[in-house]
This record gives sequence, C-alpha cells and structure tokens, in this order.
Amino acid sequence: MGVLRVRRYGVDLTSTSIRSLPGLAALAAGLMGLALVLALIVVAEDQDQGVSQRIFYIHVPIALTAYFCFGLGAWKALRLLWLGEERYDLESYVAIHQGTIFGALTLITGSIWAKASWGHWWLWSEDQLVLFLVLFLFYCAYFMLRFSLQEGSRRARSSAVYALFGVVLIPVSFLAIRLAENLIHPTVFTREGPQMAGSMFATFCIAWAAVTLLAYVLYRVELAGKRLDSDLRDLREALQ
Amino acid sequence: MIRGRGLERRYGRRRVLVGADIAVPAGGFATVTGPNGSGKTTLLRLLAGLIIPTRGTLEVDVERAQIGYLAHEPLVYRELTALENLELFGRLYRVPERRERIGMLLERFSLWDARNERVSTYSRGMTQRLALCRALLHEPHLILLDEPFSALDDAGATLLDGELEALAGERTLVVATHDPQRVARLTTTTVALA
Amino acid sequence: MTYLTDVAALTRKDLRVELRASDTLPAMLLFVVATLVVFHFALPEGTGDGAAYGLLWVAIVFTALLGLARAWVPEHEHGVLDGLVLAPSERSAIWLGKTLATLTFLVAAQAVALPTFVLFFAPLDATALAGVLLADVGICAVGSLMAAMAAAGRSRELLLPVLVLPLAIPLVIGGVGAAVSPEAGRYLLLLALYDGIFAVLSWASFEYVVTE
Repeated sequence: MGVLRVRRYGVDLTSTSIRSLPGLAALAAGLMGLALVLALIVVAEDQDQGVSQRIFYIHVPIALTAYFCFGLGAWKALRLLWLGEERYDLESYVAIHQGTIFGALTLITGSIWAKASWGHWWLWSEDQLVLFLVLFLFYCAYFMLRFSLQEGSRRARSSAVYALFGVVLIPVSFLAIRLAENLIHPTVFTREGPQMAGSMFATFCIAWAAVTLLAYVLYRVELAGKRLDSDLRDLREALQ
Repeated sequence: MIRGRGLERRYGRRRVLVGADIAVPAGGFATVTGPNGSGKTTLLRLLAGLIIPTRGTLEVDVERAQIGYLAHEPLVYRELTALENLELFGRLYRVPERRERIGMLLERFSLWDARNERVSTYSRGMTQRLALCRALLHEPHLILLDEPFSALDDAGATLLDGELEALAGERTLVVATHDPQRVARLTTTTVALA
Repeated sequence: MTYLTDVAALTRKDLRVELRASDTLPAMLLFVVATLVVFHFALPEGTGDGAAYGLLWVAIVFTALLGLARAWVPEHEHGVLDGLVLAPSERSAIWLGKTLATLTFLVAAQAVALPTFVLFFAPLDATALAGVLLADVGICAVGSLMAAMAAAGRSRELLLPVLVLPLAIPLVIGGVGAAVSPEAGRYLLLLALYDGIFAVLSWASFEYVVTE
C-alpha cells in the first residue's frame, strides 16, 4: 500500500500581539529601576563581603535568566522537531539570542564581582563563571551555524538539534567543571535555607522578578520585530 | 499518483522553482522540460522527498522505498567497485535476491566486465550507466530521472531507450530532459518550466 | 537485526574507501606525531608531567577534528548521501556507521600517538588509556553529527572546530582527570555519562539533520 504524503506549505502570518508591549516594557523598566536602587543603595551591606556582594543581586538573576532562556530555546527547538511548525524556529532563535546576551552579561557582572571580591578579573576557580564561558562559546557557535546555512527547513532543524545539545551540555559541563576544580562559590540557597536575612532575600526576589520581566519583554520585542521583518519581505515578494 | 500545485522552492532569497504544477497518474510518463536554471532538478528532488517546497501542495502516493532517483550526480562511491556499490545499495534498499538482480542489471547495461573496477576508473558514460543500475536496482514504482541522457554515449543512450520503453506503462516515470523529442513517443504528460 | 547489518555494511564501506583513497589516516598520524614534537619545544624547561598530559589531550582533540573534517567527504563527492537518505533503511544507521568508522581511524592514529607520547614525555596507565577510549567515543559520536550539520553550509572547515570544541571540553576534563588524578574513577564515570547521553542524542538527532 502506498503512503499518502500530503503537505501544505506556506507563509505563516501569525502576528504577535504587540499592543501589550509598551505597557510591559514600562513595567520592566520600572521594576529594574526599583531593583537596582534596592540592591545598590537601600539594602544592608553584607558583613563578610562588603560592597562587592551587592552585584550579587543582579548577577545571580541574570545568570538564572540566561539558563531559563536557553531552556526555552531548547523547548521551542523540541517543538519544531516534533511538530514541524515554522514559527518555532524563530522563537527558538530569539530565546537563544536573549540567553546569549544575558550570558554575556553574566560573565561581565561575574567578572566585576570577582575583581571586587578576590582582586582578579577572571577566576578559573569560579565554577559558575567557567560554565558560562563554555556555554557562551557554545551558543556563539550556534549563531555561526545559522549564518553558514541558508534559510529554510535544513537550517531550522540543524539549529534546533544544536539548541538541544546546548541544554544537555549544561548539566554535563557543570559536573565536569565541578570535578575539574574544587572550590568555593558562595551558594545562595544552602540546605538550611537562604543564607540571606529577610530584607536581602526580598531584594533578591525583586531583582529576580525584574530581570525575568526584562528578559521576557526583550524576547517579545525581538520576536515581534523579526516577524514583522519576515512578513514585510513576504509581502514584497507577493507584490512583485 | 503525483499531484503538485503551485510548487515553489526558495534558497534564501533566491527562488529556483516558481508556481509549478504537476499531475501524473500511476503508470504515466511525465517529461519535464525547461531551460537551465528553471528548476527541473529541484522539482525532481521535491518529488523524491529530499527537499520540501517553501510553498504549494504536494502529494506523492508512494513510499520512500518505492522511489528510484537518478540525480545529476551519479550517487555512487568513487573508491568502490560497481559490484561493491550495488551490493551496498542493494542491502540498504532491501533488494530480494540481490546477487541475481545486480548481475542482471550489470549485464544489461554492459558493465559486467568492469564490475570489479573502481568507479574512479570509469568513463562518464560508464558511471552514468552504473547510476542507472543503482536507481533501478530495487524495482521502484516511481522512477525519477534527471537528465539521464546527458552523460551517456550512443551505446548507452540506446540501452536507456530500450529500458524506458520497457518500463513505460508498468511504472510511473518522471524524466527531466533537454531533449524531449527523444522520449516523445512515451510521454503522457509534459511539464514545462519557465 | 537488519539495523545492525546495515550499520556493519556502512562501516565496512567507510573502511574500504579509506583503505583505497588513503586520505585521512596518514594525515592524522603525521599530524599527531608532528604535534607531539612541537609540544616538546613548546613546553619550557622543567615543566611537570601534568602539562604534558594536558597537551596530549589537545593533540587528541585536534587530530579527531582532522579526521572528522574528512568524514563525510565520500558522501558529498558524488552526492551519495542522497542515495543513502532515500533508502528505506534507518537514517540513524548512516550516522552510526560513520561514527564507528571515524572511531576506528582515531583509535588507529592513537595506536601510534600514545606510544610516541610515552616515549617523548610520560607514562600512561590503564585509567589514562580507558579515558582516551571513552573520550574517543564521545568525540566521534558528537563530531560525526556536527560534521554532517556543517557540511551542508558554507565555510564548513571553519565551522566544524567551532561547533565541536565547546562540546569537547567535558571530554578533555575527563580525559586529563583520568590520567593525572588519584580519583580517576570519577572522571571515567563522567566520560561514560557524557558518552551515554550524547551518543544517544546524536543517534536520535541525525535523522533531522539530513532530512527536511
């Protein structure tokens, strides 16, 4: 018996709602501002580490957000491979793009923290920092891969597979780096509970919410922008 | 067996196939014509399932295992002999009674004597004949031939004429060619690409 | 069962092609020995064995990359990959056949490289060798997939190392750890974990990389 292969292909003009974006952006900006003020000025200074610990409130949420973005990118990639719908390619790409940006910020804020705390701009002993360096390299290669392939199903699928590799690399690399160095990285949440006093914890949470919201807004903005670009090109071609 | 409407294929910004329609019933013989760059190869690759269209609808009523594809490239390993190549593809394409079938095809396309020599030593004509053997090895129901006459010498072309004659009506064929006259008497459908 | 015979046929094909064309293995051999010589001159006087082991791993990774860069060339030469992809056999078998063949070449190159290393630099014990073998599996598994991805695009020779190196970092950590650490077992476990996870992932993803 023959197998019927019927497929319909075409342009997906699903438009992302952009009406809510300006409001969300304002909220994100406001929350970021509040977080920065709280972290850098208002909250009490940590006895042990002094001023440098303040960067912590920004550094950790940025790192967590980067992880989340990579995870989101991998999820969208999985959806692409599973369901085959074109739009997941763009969503995956934008998520990973955001993740890479936040990853770079993690490295920068982490480096500042290292300098302020230990006197060096880079420390191989800092597991998280090293992990982010590896991931940053990995995801930069993601963009190189995309640039070298022509737009289309092939590129979408290869990118998706690579994005999945990335997210699997995170725990494996973490284990590897842990094994490679035994070291002290002040853990935020120990098993006994957060090491932070009430106000510090609150500041951390606000900062985390702010960074997450910022990332979400940036994601939506970039996605909408790219979709509009794509729609515009399709319209131009249709009119030719 | 094949129904395609409004088929389009883009590579980046470049469109190599635009608004192509094709309809071939089972047992039909479709000839695809058009100047260089009009997308004949692309259309065949779409039918083979190697690529997907960027626009349009495509129905191909046939399993992957039942498709025989002769591409622009020979699709054989240079460093292997004809026999080794066909052995490998015979295995992968699950050809029953592999040895006999291979022997028969090599004989039919006058390659039996050269069967233990590497493809890298072959002439263009010989390589093309081997490619034909490979495409027909598993007795496919749908045969896609991309410019099959282009690399063949006269003897080879005559062999192919005979082969096409024998296959027409029994199998479904889609042939892309510069020389539609050659297969005019067998053609049931023509697809002219701009 | 047919799956395994398919894989065997494909691996055999790769070995045959290499034996006749002799492109890859001699180059890998020469490269790795030459690199080891360069390392001798690159290491300053009085450097400990530890540095030597580290450099061994650099040599291994780059030799593997050399082999991987050539891995899919026979398939792209006459468009053969299309013929393989169109076959009713599983696409993942293509990947597995290629990985096993590349692994064979890498191990063959190391059969020369490792004794040379011991001769020039420092001894290698059982755990170090186990580490090398496990890492070989990992790099060939992941590398074969990445090479297939890169082959479809432009600047593929530049792209392959960029794609593979970040993924190779845990392997290098595992390999060096297995060679120098007193707790070699943990590093071998890391390598085994890497191999298990990434081999399965590569095996499952290959289909998506070669089809549309």
